Amino acid sequence: MNFITHFGRYSLMLKDMIGRPENGKVYWKEFMLQCKDIGIGSLGIVSIVSVFMGAVSAVQTAYQLVSPLIPKSTIAQIVRDTVILEFSPTLVCIVLAGVVGSKIASELGNMRVSEQIDALQIMGINTKTYLVLPKISAALLMIPLLVIISMVLGIWGGRLAGNASGILSNDTFDRGLSESFKAFNVWFALIKAYTFAFILSSIPAYYGYHVHGGALEIGRSSTKAVVVSCIMILLADYALAALLL
Amino acid sequence: MIEFKDIKKKFGDKVVLDGVSHVMETGKTNLIIGTSGSGKTVLQKCLVGLFEPDEGEIIYDGKSFTEMTEDDRKVLRQQIGMLFQGSALFDSMTVEENIKFPLNMFTHDSHSKKMDRVNEVLERVNLKDANKKFPSEISGGMKKRVGIARAVVLNPKYLFCDEPNSGLDPVTSMVIDKLIRELTVEYNITTIINTHDMNSVMEIGDNILYLVDGKKEWSGNSKDIIFSDNKQLNEFIFASEFLQDAKSMRMMEAKDKKATDEIKKQAEELKK
Repeated sequence: MNFITHFGRYSLMLKDMIGRPENGKVYWKEFMLQCKDIGIGSLGIVSIVSVFMGAVSAVQTAYQLVSPLIPKSTIAQIVRDTVILEFSPTLVCIVLAGVVGSKIASELGNMRVSEQIDALQIMGINTKTYLVLPKISAALLMIPLLVIISMVLGIWGGRLAGNASGILSNDTFDRGLSESFKAFNVWFALIKAYTFAFILSSIPAYYGYHVHGGALEIGRSSTKAVVVSCIMILLADYALAALLL
Repeated sequence: MIEFKDIKKKFGDKVVLDGVSHVMETGKTNLIIGTSGSGKTVLQKCLVGLFEPDEGEIIYDGKSFTEMTEDDRKVLRQQIGMLFQGSALFDSMTVEENIKFPLNMFTHDSHSKKMDRVNEVLERVNLKDANKKFPSEISGGMKKRVGIARAVVLNPKYLFCDEPNSGLDPVTSMVIDKLIRELTVEYNITTIINTHDMNSVMEIGDNILYLVDGKKEWSGNSKDIIFSDNKQLNEFIFASEFLQDAKSMRMMEAKDKKATDEIKKQAEELKK
């Protein structure tokens, strides 16, 4: 299948998933379940990645800033801006494409192969609305929240590492954080988070929903979903930076 | 009643259904039989709308399914129950939740009313004690019974079963057949079953459609099969020597009975 066919089927899936729920309560329950799976389920890995990302960023920036003319507080500024602009939205979303994306693709793929999607369809349920829409909506709500948590933890990791390794004191780090801060950077990071959340939930949903075959195909489509999501996140990252910065 | 006329379906160049027509009767167990690849599953999937036929018409109690809008089909589908070959139970839900799911989705009854209905169907399929178990914790036969319970919980008018006996031992197969037959008569459902199982054919075959290479080769009921001289049907149904012997014995018994009845009739006439 070529790119145009995939894109056409992907667009049709997105169009068809917008429909009136058969029963709002059941859909709400499914949405909350997805919020829990995507949000709470990914919190651990996001926290670990964010703290270490901030810590490494502080140590490596200090290693490269050898000039005595540059104040130490600059390290905090660099950590803050790299974490907010790039590390938290992009790196965390690439990690989430692996964690959440593979889960969505394999869950839907397994449902397709074991005829659970057919069973829902025969009951008269719009399977795209019931299975895909709550996943994408939950990702759009939870992933920006995870990115905000990641920003806080990343900066805190940098502060902790800077102080622990004796590079700069907590006071110097805090002063550096408030110097030349641009609120737009946070908005830009959130725009990226929403875009990436949509990519990393809808692409795996497409690959999972359209699986044909057995266990081998579920694995293949799950891998393909993660690879395509990561590439699309990187392309969107560049496009947004070129457009908005 | 479900009637289908001249159903044709192709996948690429391969013709899977080639002008199949038949009437599935209400309150009866209608069987679709045939070798692997004869088009049974594709025909059933066309009937429920999972595949669109290339040509032909499907009529549910006078309403053309092929010409219905997707919204009308959604309404009709609430009157259709389906038992899948692998049961297709939702892994993340318990037996009770699986059966309750269609009620949650399509009714606005109170929780207690829904639970009453769930318990009623659970009792009907003899699974009262397994209600809190997950599909992974129950046997294949139990899964089929849960599948049947979920299919009938909304009191459907039409019940489709895809290979309900596959992977089951003969005793459990008979239990499932008996259950499907009882529910069909009890609720006056139009039941359509795809099967390979010869026990099912002989036990519950009220109306049988035999497909060969996507074409209707023979139709009749389980009694007609014994006396049929259709070579392909005989080779398919009575494949083993044991079954051929069984057929010969049944035919001899029937002939003996016919002869006895004839003698009795002549004796009565002579008496008169």
